[in-house]
Parts: sequence; structure tokens; C-alpha cells
Amino acid sequence: MRGKSDNEAASNKMHELPITESILNIVLKHAAMNDAHKISAIHLRIGALSELEDEWLQKYFDYLSKGTIAEDAKLVIVRVPAKIQCRSCAYEYEAEKVMMAELVCPACGGKGGNLISGREYYIKEMEVQ
Amino acid sequence: MGPVRLIEVKEDILSDNTKLAADLRAGLSGEKTMLLNLMSSPGSGKTTLILNTIEALRDELRLGVMEADIESTVDAEKVAAKGVAAIQLRTGGFCHLDAAMVKQGLEAMDGGHLDLIIIENVGNLVCPAEFDTGAHLNAMILSVPEGDDKPLKYPLMFSICDVLVVNKIDYLSLSDFDMAALKERVASLNPRIEIIEVSCRTGAGIPEWVSWLRAQWRRFREN
Repeated sequence: MRGKSDNEAASNKMHELPITESILNIVLKHAAMNDAHKISAIHLRIGALSELEDEWLQKYFDYLSKGTIAEDAKLVIVRVPAKIQCRSCAYEYEAEKVMMAELVCPACGGKGGNLISGREYYIKEMEVQ
Repeated sequence: MGPVRLIEVKEDILSDNTKLAADLRAGLSGEKTMLLNLMSSPGSGKTTLILNTIEALRDELRLGVMEADIESTVDAEKVAAKGVAAIQLRTGGFCHLDAAMVKQGLEAMDGGHLDLIIIENVGNLVCPAEFDTGAHLNAMILSVPEGDDKPLKYPLMFSICDVLVVNKIDYLSLSDFDMAALKERVASLNPRIEIIEVSCRTGAGIPEWVSWLRAQWRRFREN
């Protein structure tokens, strides 16, 4: 059975705001530590299971970073695929988000698995001047 | 301005929240106050389950409720009227609670003497799954009208919870909700999760929920 129409799309757009705020704080801290005067790009690794939308992250970042040295910085987002380790045979494989609740190991047919990656919220590096 | 340089950052974006949540959890453990984070979609029965829980446990445990759901029909004043410590958090329209908001709430509540504090988190199945609130236990409610396919759409929420309360089972006969399929999907995501079927309307399953919660509290107190 498929459920009632979902109302999450409208209500969850604030999710990106605290995440963006945290990104800005972290990059400004690292810029100060490295004597940087301008941040031009920020490289992020975001897990495939996160509901963050790239477009909204960038919009919030543009808004929050105004007047800071990170103004106009581009967020370069790499999605980390969800990787599963089979609970039966320990084989590792990638899975789409919608398949997470119906996992079948391609090696042994075992059901269910432990998540190895896919929940990342990580700032890898940034380009500065 | 100089040439473009690449600086390694290597930081978890959520690390501040994760650390604060761990500190909160440790502090509450020291005070022997157990914190339960209750999550669900809007309208699945968080408030009703909390009111049922208060009725069942108010004579044996000192209870507190931290109300964050702006859409909740029962506000902190009504909970307080039942003789339970209660506080209404101002989440400012946010989609979830984070550890900093919970910390503020705990300070305002002055809940050091309490045995169990229940957080009614903001109603949605996405964002609250991502932010550690500092709770010792994560609980979620799925109501029958929402459908048995929800683990397919919100795998993270099901994978982080210690208990799943399936509410409104009095609607089962009116729907094609497949309880076996739900349980198989949830177990696939999270083999250690407890699943309890209840109807807050008829009271079915509420004793099982209460005894699960009581057992968790006893285990918490012993540690």
C-alpha cells in the first residue's frame, strides 16, 4: 500500500539552513587559520542518504555568506553512494536509497545489511586566495 | 591577492552538534535522567502517545515533556496541567531539533530531578533523523494510514530508532496496509529495532509500549 500524499517537500526546506550555517562557520575558521583573504570554492562530500538539495544549499550559502570572505564561493558537492555490507557473507555493494529497506545481497542473496557509507556530511577542502 | 591555494579542511559538518549531543547525553546519564526522542510525521499520534504514557507512568516516574512540534494540538500548558514538568521550545519554524535547542530546553526546564524526559520532536521523517538530540533512546511512530512503504522512502529514520510504534492499528481492517511487509522492511534496515503495535484510540498495545519503556528505564538506571 502506498501512503497518503506526502507533505514533506514543503516543510523540509529549512533543513539546509543549519547545515549551511555550520559549513560557513567551519570554512571561515579554516580561512583565518590559513591566512586566506577570499574563499572561492568549497568541496563537500555528502552521503546519498541525506535529503540535502544542492540548489538550496547554494542559495542559503549565498545568503548567509554575504559580506564575508566566503561571499560568491561555489559549493562543489560530491555525492557519496550508499554502501552496504551484507550481514550474512560480508560482501560489500552499493544500493539506491529506495532499495535500502529491501536489500538483497548480490553475492549470497542474504537480506539486510549494515551501512558503511552514505551518511557523510563532510568538508573535504576549499580553494582560497 | 595571491594565487589560488587548496586548503584541506577535513571536518564533519555536523561535528559540533554531535559533540554537544554526546555531552548532553553524558550529563543526563550522570543525573540519572533518561531522555527519549519521539519522532514521526505530522498527525501520526505523538501527542496522544505522550498523554497515554503520562497517564500510565505518572505515579511511578517523575516525568517531563519537551514540546517542539509547532503543530501539536497539546501544548506545554496542557501537559503541565497533568502535573508533569513541561516546556515549549521555540523552534522558529525549523524542521528538526538540534542538541543546542535541547540544551536550552533542559536548562529552562531545570529537569535534574526527573526520571524520564520525552521530547516531542518536530513532525517529519527526514530532518530529525540527521541530528543527534542527545537522547538516550530514539523512538518513532508510523501510523497505519501513512502506509507500509514508508521505510522505502525514509530509510534513515527507521535505521536510527530503537523502537517503532505502529499506531492506529484500529484502521488496519479499513486499509491494505501489509504489516508483515512493513516488519520485513524495517528489520532489513534495523535488525535490533523493537516494533510495538498500538492504537492510542482504543488503548490496544499501550501496556506493551509502557512495559517496554519501563524496562528501558530500569536498564538505564542500573548502568
